[in-house]
Amino acid sequence: MKYQSQKVALYYFGGALALFVVQVLVGTLAGTIYVVPNLLADVIPFNIVRMIHTNALIVWLLMGFFGCAYYLIPEEAETELHSPGLAILQFWLFLAGALAAVVGYLFHIHVGREFLEQPLWIKLAIVVVALMFLYNITLTVLKGRKTAITNVLLLGLWGIAVFFLFSLYNPSNLILDKMFWWWVVHLWVEGVWELVMASVLAFLMIKMTGVDREVVEKWLYVIIALALFSGILGTGHHYYWIGTPAYWQWIGSIFSTFEVLPFFAMVIFTFTMVWKGGRNHPNKAALLWSLGCSVFAFFGAGVWGFLHTLAPINYYTHGTQVTAAHGHLAFYGAYVMVNIAMFTYAMPQLLGRAPYNQVLNMVGFWVTSAAMAFMTFALTFAGVVQVHLQRVLGMTYMDVQDQVSLFYWFRLGAGVFVVLGVLMIVWSLVVPGARTREAVGYAPAE
Amino acid sequence: MSETLTKAAARNIFYGGTVFFFVIFVGLVAQSVSSAKTIARANPITPSVAAGKQVWEKHACIDCHTLLGEGAYFAPELGNVWVRFGGRQDPVAAREGLRAWFAAQPSHVEGRRQMPQFHMSAKDVDNLIDFLKWTSEIPTQNWPPKVSG
Ligand code: HEC
Ligand code: HEM
Ligand code: HEM
Ligand SMILES: [Fe+2]
Repeated sequence: MKYQSQKVALYYFGGALALFVVQVLVGTLAGTIYVVPNLLADVIPFNIVRMIHTNALIVWLLMGFFGCAYYLIPEEAETELHSPGLAILQFWLFLAGALAAVVGYLFHIHVGREFLEQPLWIKLAIVVVALMFLYNITLTVLKGRKTAITNVLLLGLWGIAVFFLFSLYNPSNLILDKMFWWWVVHLWVEGVWELVMASVLAFLMIKMTGVDREVVEKWLYVIIALALFSGILGTGHHYYWIGTPAYWQWIGSIFSTFEVLPFFAMVIFTFTMVWKGGRNHPNKAALLWSLGCSVFAFFGAGVWGFLHTLAPINYYTHGTQVTAAHGHLAFYGAYVMVNIAMFTYAMPQLLGRAPYNQVLNMVGFWVTSAAMAFMTFALTFAGVVQVHLQRVLGMTYMDVQDQVSLFYWFRLGAGVFVVLGVLMIVWSLVVPGARTREAVGYAPAE
Repeated sequence: MSETLTKAAARNIFYGGTVFFFVIFVGLVAQSVSSAKTIARANPITPSVAAGKQVWEKHACIDCHTLLGEGAYFAPELGNVWVRFGGRQDPVAAREGLRAWFAAQPSHVEGRRQMPQFHMSAKDVDNLIDFLKWTSEIPTQNWPPKVSG
């Protein structure tokens, strides 16, 4: 850490980790309701539990991105943050908004589109928070050094805010509603979020491997070019069966197939950098998370995405447990792991400790990742059986669900291990180790 | 990576290509918007269909059910529930069937997933059913493959 104002990132990392724990606990509750369906049915129905699970996920990932930006940008721009005070105020506003939303959900105060259940005033508060954030980091970059990493990161973060505006558009024509709903959901995770992910990974590679900036930044542009060239028209893989014209089956199938490439490129990128760098960075856990991130994102988004992205296949798998399997591994691999990679790298620096609790952190990595992989397999099997019974043989939905209940028990078991793993990760990051000391011999590259 | 590609070139390709693909995307979406409007002209979105969509959203049905395959995977697909309830052959009976369904929830059957009781007014229920009927008439390239949803 070189600049005092980077410390504001700690607020964001802390808030994100707390919400991460809430998210997986509530996910486990949702998984429990699947197998013990009468549980809490009259108190908190499944839809409320689910919206808390998914909203907590999205909020903490965004909070993590904000923190990543506040840590990364001063260091890249080589200047203090424009206004640390504003950044702290922004944090509390965002956290208050998120908590208000969750408490509101418990009292059935919500609107009714998946992932966008926040009442209008919360959505507007999110826009205000985003503007505070963008103002702060944009001014910081403008007054400092401009690098490809800050450039791409800013572009991604501005894109997140711009596409979020489409959440305010809710026409009564369901076809149009669905078309533009994907402008938030798809153009986020398969568009601008990938810019954030790639730039954070590029930053971590420069810091931890010591490979030349020119090389890393060239890779960065190639990766994000692959991401957007495929991902923008790849939106078509959501326009197959919602009342949109048939040509989307061709466009969506072809372009979304190419969406695998940026994820594959990130695997090659991270491994080549680590292999070429040869610099023996002491923060082994952060390296593990960075490599794990590209690999799990490749499997979750790339492989599990491709599995059901071709129109003739999606015709059968659309809206089944196959989708849930992909959603979990993709979000975990790409965005959960990139955040934890950055937290693991930055928190020791921010707290002035040598990398600590490395072993616990790495055990947490393996427990969580193995459990998420197991959960993905369980849901994939459930999905394939569901497709066959319901979409080929035409059995009714509820009868089919009885046939796959075993897989839901497996998912729940995996979920319990996810919670354990997450607790290890959080503990290793937050609770000071016994060997707390000044970070020495631990200067970043350059 | 190859020496022939410079960083500046990679950056320019990125910006140029992104603008290029985004413009194509916007063009195609514009075409699809007009097609969606044509569909709504042929099968008008009446005030009750629009109100029914709001009832649908008010109760966040989407976080248990899928609608045209999007949403949650905890409960049956509803894009074609009008068809499943026989609405194409006998709209009156289908409407009665759906009304009765909403009134009978939750089932309180032990070990069976529960749908809540939403205490909807008769008008809300009618609007909601109009919305589900309208949705079932969207041309979806013959999705879902079976009436089971
Ligand atoms: C908490 C989850 C939940 C919510 C919220 C929910 N449902 Fe359901 N719904 C279910 C379940 C579970 C079933 C299957 C119940 C059964 O078969 O016993 C079901 C079944 C149905 C059916 C019958 C489907 C069929 O094919 O037999 C209709 C119609 C329906 N729901 C409409 C709605 C509407 C409209 C809303 C919103 C106003 C809604 N549901 C909200 C859980 C939910
Ligand atoms: C970091 C870990 C996790 C991530 C990133 C995550 C992400 C998600 C996402 C994106 C969805 C929406 C899925 C979709 O619409 O396709 C979802 C739903 C869900 N998640 Fe998780 N989740 C995580 C952990 C868990 C855990 C530990 C459980 C416990 C069993 C769980 C259970 C569920 C359930 C039951 C649903 C609802 C699925 C449905 O609609 O049927 N999740 N989660
Ligand atoms: C990190 C990147 C990605 C994330 C976080 C992600 C997440 C998700 C989620 C949560 C859904 C469910 C949306 C809903 O609730 O309806 C979904 C659907 C889908 N995703 Fe991804 N995804 C990613 C990348 C990809 C890629 C690269 C592909 C293709 C190669 C892909 C193909 C699909 C398809 C085809 C669907 C629709 C599933 C259906 O028809 O039900 N995804 N994705
Ligand atoms: Fe997508």
